[in-house]
Amino acid sequence: MPTLDTLHDGQVARIRDVVGDDAIAVRLMEMGLTDGEFIEFVGRAPLGDPIEFQIRGYRLSLRSEEARRVLIDSAD
Amino acid sequence: MAEPTHRTGPHRVALIGNPNTGKSTLFNALTGMQARIGNFPGVTVEKKIGRVHFENRTVELIDLPGTYSLSPRTLDEMVSVEVLLGRQKDIGQLDAVVCIVDASNLERNLYLVSQVLDLGLPAILVLNMWDVAQARQVSIDVEGLRQRLKMPVVICEAHRRMGVSDLRQAIVNSDSLPAPKRFEPFPDEFYKECQTLDEQLSDPKQPFYLIERLLLDPGGQIETDLVAQTGPELAGQLKEARDRLKLAGFRVPIVEAKSRYAWAREVLSGIASIPRTRVRTGSDRLDRWLTHRVFGLVVFALLMFVVFQALYTWAAPVMELVEVAQSFASDNVSARVEPGPLRSLLIDGAIAGVGGVLVFLPQIALLFFFIAVLEDCGYLARAAFVMDRLMTKLGLSGKSFVPLMSSFACAIPGVMATRVIENRRDRMITILVAPLMSCSARLPVYVLLTTVFVPPVAYLGGAIGLQGIVLFGMSSLGALVAVPVAWLLSKTFFKGETSPFVMELPSYKWPSARIVLARVYDRSKAFVVRAGTLIFATTILVWAAAYFPADHTELHQLETQVEQLQVQAAEPTQEPGNRESIEQELEELSTRQNHLSAALIEASFLGQAGHAIEPVVRPLGWDWKIGVGVLASFPAREVIISTLGTIYSLGGEVDEESDGLKDRLRASRHEDGTPVYNVVVACSIMVFFALCAQCASTLMIIRRETNSWLWPAFTFAYMTGLAYVGALLTYQAGMLLLG
Repeated sequence: MPTLDTLHDGQVARIRDVVGDDAIAVRLMEMGLTDGEFIEFVGRAPLGDPIEFQIRGYRLSLRSEEARRVLIDSAD
Repeated sequence: MAEPTHRTGPHRVALIGNPNTGKSTLFNALTGMQARIGNFPGVTVEKKIGRVHFENRTVELIDLPGTYSLSPRTLDEMVSVEVLLGRQKDIGQLDAVVCIVDASNLERNLYLVSQVLDLGLPAILVLNMWDVAQARQVSIDVEGLRQRLKMPVVICEAHRRMGVSDLRQAIVNSDSLPAPKRFEPFPDEFYKECQTLDEQLSDPKQPFYLIERLLLDPGGQIETDLVAQTGPELAGQLKEARDRLKLAGFRVPIVEAKSRYAWAREVLSGIASIPRTRVRTGSDRLDRWLTHRVFGLVVFALLMFVVFQALYTWAAPVMELVEVAQSFASDNVSARVEPGPLRSLLIDGAIAGVGGVLVFLPQIALLFFFIAVLEDCGYLARAAFVMDRLMTKLGLSGKSFVPLMSSFACAIPGVMATRVIENRRDRMITILVAPLMSCSARLPVYVLLTTVFVPPVAYLGGAIGLQGIVLFGMSSLGALVAVPVAWLLSKTFFKGETSPFVMELPSYKWPSARIVLARVYDRSKAFVVRAGTLIFATTILVWAAAYFPADHTELHQLETQVEQLQVQAAEPTQEPGNRESIEQELEELSTRQNHLSAALIEASFLGQAGHAIEPVVRPLGWDWKIGVGVLASFPAREVIISTLGTIYSLGGEVDEESDGLKDRLRASRHEDGTPVYNVVVACSIMVFFALCAQCASTLMIIRRETNSWLWPAFTFAYMTGLAYVGALLTYQAGMLLLG
């Protein structure tokens, strides 16, 4: 299943699952990354990482390794 | 559970909310900046309490740290939960909670609200940043929300003071609020498990919220605490309960996010219209530029350059003003108090101590001015976003960049600035390596030793000089050493604590002057009140070490004589011939005075210690005089220059440009006639200064910020150790090379 870090600028995808149940996974869920939710890949930081996303009407920054924990349906 | 308690004493209300919701601004608006700042015992969390009178009622407001969730994973995060449950002894039972939410981002903010409502305390909802919500075309039916949540809802724009009086009223009225309705967003199976647990843990009975958290946070702080209290069986029971929930299709921990977000959406359905696609505002267009691959870096570099310039250059005139005021005060004391121990204590102890505190204020105020502007306009989070990639190489996050960069000017504001780092591990490592950055107080030492002992060789037709290379090397050394130190700390003391970079990037807005000034005032006050006293006390102690037990009677007599002669010389009626002989006498006296001072410092505790450590500093290529200079400079490294001036009988009024001092250093000889100083010894001293924790003020601010004596002691020990080894290697390797 593709993961969130594989998206490109402007792409929107639907979240399927967050892998794991450690502190990082819990934090991702607390920030609203739950299954069925749509998320947009806004762009990468100038040095290539982290990545800016848009979800539930706000902007969120995730590192690639954190975004890799989020499984998505294939992007539209 | 939480009946409205009509206790005597103040009405106690806590403020809670996500980061970037304007919570602190609202707290300031409510309390009028009259807050007591302290630390919660045993943790690094700042405690801010404001006591105000609303309508003849004393209200105590507690500002809790901004958080996205009340699921404590560490002791620091546990503090807020303890306060909300009334279990924090120094706070006591709460009467109500004010939940501050970002109205433009209601859904995610309601997640925390849903947790707060599970606490069973009367609560008020504040829809802050109402203007931002309007701009994003979010429309909210406030009355509908009030009915659904069954709690008072207040609209606010804290930065403009709109809605503050409504909130004040709501806080006063919360006295008579009933216990709130518990919404039960979780599936029934979950509550059944809660009930079973509740019956088991009846002695002592646990608050419902803690039972919930026990199930929801595997390995969390509450589980750790309770298992330690009641025995290991509890851990097994919890695991079984979670397995049963998983079988029923409600996997922990995801069940919490799913249930609470579903609840939030249900609460908002039909009463809040949130545009399906976000309305692209000017903020979003600006963001494209400010995080652009090239332009984003350019803007970042420019901004950081301005901040650094300000700290390094703009603060200097104000710092000089402090020094001028200090010498003015000293002159006044000299005019009124006879030479003697009292005058010495007043001038070299008390006035120097106050000056030593105030001299840091310009840099602290300037740094927090910039941080407040950047934070309030929304750029600070982007700065962390831009720098994160680089800082992860040190095992830190982008948020450590500004504090570490500021430490190149002065570690004190740098350490204070680490408060922007929420993650405890990142914050602690940043605090512990910040004093390694080459601060402006190290520069005079480098300049003195480089100009005297490094030959003025030039390369590339004069474009590059050896002295410049040495200066650059010394200034970079600390930062280079910080890389392995940070890495080691993250693998040892702070192992296993993960540091996610899951961070909100707030919308851009114009910074508010009121918020910025409040922040500058707040931090400056915190520094003077909380660290200033410790710094002052240290200065007095060091004064005593350099004064006692030597007999100063003769020196004080000399001082009296000198001053009388100066008065005579200044008399306008004095004949020219007389004046000449007086001046000659004055010169002789001051030479005697300087020699006497040198003898006295050698006889003081400090000088005795310098002699005592001579065998230890010998392998670094130092003699006892350098030893005394280095010892005297542990409270503040720049002191070495005036101490060397005193030891070399030039008096303490020398600086790094003084030719007299330079000549004395060059001419200084060991007993066997070999020169004390050469380029290798100079480098050994500079390496020592680059790495050593010779700043009592920094150690005291670390004590305040970490709320523990352990960490300043650790910083002192590891840096002094590094400095010694570094200086040793430099000297031994250098002497081998020179043959």
